[in-house]
Amino acid sequence: MNIVVCVKQVIDPEAPPASFKIDAAANKAEMHGAPPVIDPYGEYAVEASLKIKEAKGGKITVMSLGVNLLREVVKKPLAMGADELILLEDEAYNGGDGWSTASALAMAIKKKGNYDLILCGREASDTNAGQTGAAIAEVLGLPCVTLVRKIDVSDGKLRVERVNSAGYDVIEVPLPAVLTVSNEIGQPRYPTIKGIMAAKKIEPIVWKPADIGIEASRLGAAGRRTRMRRLFQPVHEGKCELAAGDSPEEMAVNLAKKLREARIL
Amino acid sequence: MSDYKGIAVYCEAKGDKLLPIAAEGLGIGRKLADNLGQELAAVLVGSNIGGLAQQAIAGGANKVYVVDDPLLKDYQTDAYVSVMEKVVKQVKPQVIIMGQTDAGRDLAPRLAFRLGTAVTMDCVDLAIDPDSKRLLQTKPVYGGNAQAVITTETDPQIVTIRTKAMAALEPDASRKGEIINIAAGLEASSIRTKILDRVIEEVAGMKIEDAQVVVAGGRGIGSAEGFKQLEELAKVLKGAVGASRPPCDNGWVPDTVQIGLTGKIIAPELYIAVAVSGSSQHMSGCSGSKTIIAINKDREANIFRQARFGVVGDWKKVLPAFTAKLRELLAS
Repeated sequence: MNIVVCVKQVIDPEAPPASFKIDAAANKAEMHGAPPVIDPYGEYAVEASLKIKEAKGGKITVMSLGVNLLREVVKKPLAMGADELILLEDEAYNGGDGWSTASALAMAIKKKGNYDLILCGREASDTNAGQTGAAIAEVLGLPCVTLVRKIDVSDGKLRVERVNSAGYDVIEVPLPAVLTVSNEIGQPRYPTIKGIMAAKKIEPIVWKPADIGIEASRLGAAGRRTRMRRLFQPVHEGKCELAAGDSPEEMAVNLAKKLREARIL
Repeated sequence: MSDYKGIAVYCEAKGDKLLPIAAEGLGIGRKLADNLGQELAAVLVGSNIGGLAQQAIAGGANKVYVVDDPLLKDYQTDAYVSVMEKVVKQVKPQVIIMGQTDAGRDLAPRLAFRLGTAVTMDCVDLAIDPDSKRLLQTKPVYGGNAQAVITTETDPQIVTIRTKAMAALEPDASRKGEIINIAAGLEASSIRTKILDRVIEEVAGMKIEDAQVVVAGGRGIGSAEGFKQLEELAKVLKGAVGASRPPCDNGWVPDTVQIGLTGKIIAPELYIAVAVSGSSQHMSGCSGSKTIIAINKDREANIFRQARFGVVGDWKKVLPAFTAKLRELLAS
């Protein structure tokens, strides 16, 4: 099995909310004092690929698009057990949207060739869009199953479980295919010391736009189909009325009374 | 200028009823169509669904396009994308609204890429920009830490909307509309996936999406055993029990009761958050609640920023007394 996993470097979504700041002029968000991380949803996709490799063997190629990709960050999937890292890193990829990003990733996957399975996270923790997987599938003409929580491979076919609001569907899909992986797949493993040492020795392959043969009109800011008009933080009133009392039990009783008085119950 | 015109709402149904999210889509769609002075169309795709068209008209649609075919009995990406592509090419709507549902979140991006346009997922507000007449699409980003206002430069402008973020119209059976059938023109061989089984994971008691009162527990509950006490309170209030992500990841409660960006998005009358810190990820799923109540030992917990009432204290001590007092008050 040759597996391609797409991951994204993002600002750390687990950093304390107080460090989240918006640069309104640039319509950009940042986490003050917290280094970027591999998108947690992408890590689930890496975990899924490692489970398949353990069961069936194969090679895992990780792909990531962006600028200023910190090597210690984007190498994490290698430290977890992936074999190869391809970076689409160039200023020209910058400023894109879902459209230009998926177009570039699809072109890079096409150039790489020889793939059986492409995995993405269910969505990225910054844009919360969840369209890259489906979009890559559309560009490459492949079937795609989203929100997958379990993957079995046999006889050139996949048998996957797709999460839905009532439970899950069991779906059969031929290879090659694209899957987006949901968090129910199980916690991503931690890199081992051995893995970290191995990752140090792997030099990422960097592909510029010319390497993947993408037209300028599909690239980065020029390839955008959407425009961000505004990015802002919703304001919460923050007027929480705390129940008084000398003990937790007394506060609880006062809270109950308060709800009754306010006719909430 | 493109020749795309009008608003179309992709309406999902369950059994013989349109889903509430379809009615909400028609509600906001009607508003946008009136603003633009254009028509509102509903699109129904499925098997044996002709009877739903009147509901879509009562919900605000001027026209209903129906694609009815046995191959469309279950949602399958290949079939639905192909059918929607056909409908869009015939109807040419300027805006397409879908629900951020199991099917919508799969269908919308694939359809957008097929049509060479973009989609904005999980919108909580839609409006027409007075100057450009383009659709202003507001969606939460960064796990709910921020919101973005986005416009799509190409037509059709496709969006999915979040559950309970927009208001449905009061159904009006006297509304008139036109029903137009479109042939699916599908070949069974074009559907590459096969559904082998559909597993429904039963949740005991009421579903959290339907409950007026939801009692939710967070990491601080600590065990499956702890959730029994939340069930006790839920029973008194005739509500349902939910959870933030950690209790689901730890297997204390089933994944189907997870509330948040990666779980259910709910908007009950009353939301009681017990030992829930209130991460943005979680708040994305419950911030539409009418009243939020927080019980948490950490005064600095984010949940208190969005709660209207609260107690700062150990839930193990607070909850039994709270439940007992409410039982007494509600009995009297």
